[in-house]
Amino acid sequence: MAIYLQILSNGLMLGALYACLAVGFSLVWGVLNVINMLHGSFIILGGYLTFFAWHLYGIHPVAMLPVVAALMFALGFALQKLVINRVVSAPVLTTLTLTFGLDMILYNAMTYWFTATPRRITLDLGAVQLGSIVLPVDRLVGTGLALAMTLLLYAVMRGSSIGRAIVAVRMDRSAAELMGIRTDRIYAITFGIGALMAGVAGVVFATVFPITTNVTGIWLGKAFVVCVVGGLGSVPGALVGGLVLGLVESFAGHWFGPQQAITAGFVLMLVLLLTRPTGLVGVRGYE
Amino acid sequence: MKSGFPLYAALVAGLLVLATTPLYADNYVVRTAAIVAMYGALATSWNFIGGFTGYPSFSTAAFFGLGAYVGAICQRHGIPMGLAWAIATVVVAAFAALLGGIILRLRGHYFAIGSIAVVELCRLVVSSWSTLTGGGDGLNLPLMSWPPEELMRFFLFVMLAILLASLIATILVDRSRLGFGLRCIHQNEDAAAMVGINTTVYKIAAYTLSAMFCATAGAAYASWTGYIDPTDSFQIVMTVKVVVMALLGGAGTILGPALGAAAFVLLEELFWANFLDWNRAILGVVIVLLIFFLPGGLLSLRALRRLRAAKIGGRE
Repeated sequence: MAIYLQILSNGLMLGALYACLAVGFSLVWGVLNVINMLHGSFIILGGYLTFFAWHLYGIHPVAMLPVVAALMFALGFALQKLVINRVVSAPVLTTLTLTFGLDMILYNAMTYWFTATPRRITLDLGAVQLGSIVLPVDRLVGTGLALAMTLLLYAVMRGSSIGRAIVAVRMDRSAAELMGIRTDRIYAITFGIGALMAGVAGVVFATVFPITTNVTGIWLGKAFVVCVVGGLGSVPGALVGGLVLGLVESFAGHWFGPQQAITAGFVLMLVLLLTRPTGLVGVRGYE
Repeated sequence: MKSGFPLYAALVAGLLVLATTPLYADNYVVRTAAIVAMYGALATSWNFIGGFTGYPSFSTAAFFGLGAYVGAICQRHGIPMGLAWAIATVVVAAFAALLGGIILRLRGHYFAIGSIAVVELCRLVVSSWSTLTGGGDGLNLPLMSWPPEELMRFFLFVMLAILLASLIATILVDRSRLGFGLRCIHQNEDAAAMVGINTTVYKIAAYTLSAMFCATAGAAYASWTGYIDPTDSFQIVMTVKVVVMALLGGAGTILGPALGAAAFVLLEELFWANFLDWNRAILGVVIVLLIFFLPGGLLSLRALRRLRAAKIGGRE
C-alpha cells in the first residue's frame, strides 16, 4: 500500500510539471490553430538561461523566473508578429513545417553555443517524510512553482481583458474582429504566452531534470499527449491532461518497467484521439 | 498542358542522369545519386497521401523503419535478400492498411499529431522488444562481400528501381479513378462522400501506397548499410524532411516530389561539406524561405511549369 501512495504522489508531482509544460502549447494550438514544433526547444532554452545564470552569476532559479518569463515572451511575441502571423491561416502542413524549420534553427544554435552536455542545477534541499512517503524538496518546490504559474495563467485568462480577448478569438475569430479585437496582436500575445510558459517550465525543469538539446523532442511529445488527453486551448484541460499523464507514466513505469512509461503515454493518446478527440474536459466544436 | 511529353522526357532524362553516374563519377557521387533516388521514392510515396489526398501525414519514417526491421529480421533468418525486401513491403503495406483504417478517421491537426505519434510508438516498441529486434543495440545484417564500387552500383540501381516503381504508380493513380477521387477528397471530403466516393477505402488505398515503397526502400537501405538501430530508423526529422522535399518540388504533382528530393539532397550535401556546425540551421532557413517565397514548390516556377502535367484542383 505504501508503495502505491509513493507512486501516486510521484505521479501527481510529475503531472503538475507536465501541465505547466503543456499549457502554453495547448493555448497556441487552441487559439492559433498552429502546432508549435518549437515548444520543446523553448523549454530547453528557458532551462539553459536558468542554468547559466545560476552557474556563472550565482542567481537563484526562483529569481530567474520573471527574467526568463519576460525574455521568452518577447521572443515568442516577435516570432509570431514577424514570421508565423504571415501564414497563420494556412493549412496545418504549412504551419507545422514552418515551426519545424524554425525549431531546427533554434536547436542548432543551442547545440552550437551550449553543446549537448546534460546540465542540471542541484539545489540539495533534502527531502521531507510524510508518513511512509518521501518527497524530495526540490521537486516539491518545482511542483509548487509549476502549479502556481499554471493557476496564475488561469486567473489571467479569466480576469484580464487580454485573457478575455484571447478566449474570444479562440471561440470565433471573425466575431472577435467585429468586436474590435486586433486578432494579429492577440495571436502574437498568445504565442508569447506560449513561449513564456515553456520558459517557466524550463526554469522548473532545470532544477529537476538534466537540460540538454537531446530531449527537446521528448518534451514536445509530452505536450502532444497532454493536449490530446486534456483537450485543447484551456488551462483546466492542460491541468487534467498533465495530471493524468503523470499518473499513467508513474504506474506504467512501476508495473511494466520505466521504458514502457513513455509508450503508455502515447498509447493513451492514440486511444483518446480515436475515442474522444475533444479530450477529457474538452467541449465539442471547440477543437 | 494535356500533352504529357515534357513530363516523360524530364522523367527519363532525370533517371538517366542518376543511372549513368557510375560511368563518369567517383563513388561519392554514385552514393549521393543513390540517396537522391531513395529520398525521391520516399517523397513520391508521401505524395499519395499528402499531395493528392491533402492529409498531413508524418508517418513516413515509421514505414521506412518498419521496412528496415522486417527486412533485417527476415535476412537474419536466412531468407534471401530480394525475398526479404518483398516480405517487408507486403507486411508494412498490410500494417499501413490496418493503421489507416484507424487513424484516417482523424482530420487536420489531429491526424498530423496521430501520424507523428505512430513514428514514436514504433520506435518505442522496436527498442523495447529486444528478443526480436535487438533493442537499443540494433541489428547486424549479413554483410555482402562485394567490391565497394560494385556494391554501390547495385544499390544505386535498386533505389532507382524503387523510385521508378513509385513514379509509375503515381502516373497510374493520377490517370485513374482513384486519383480523381483522392483529389476530390483533398478539395472537400464531405462533398466527395456525398457524390458517392467511398472516402474511407480511397484514403486507405492512398495511405497504403504511401507506405509500400517506403518499406521497400527501408529494407534495401538496411541491407546496404548492414546495421540498423531504433533511433536511426525512426526519426521524426526524416519524416519532416520527406514532407519538405515534396513541398519543395510541388506537392500533388507527378515529378515534383522527386525533383524536390534531388534539390534537397544536393543542398544538404553542400551544407554538410561546407558548414558542418550549422547544417541543421541552414536547412531550417531553407524551410522558412520555401514556405514564404515558394509555397507552390519548384514546379510553380515559370520555367518548370510545363512539367506540371498533374496538379491538384484547388489549393486551400
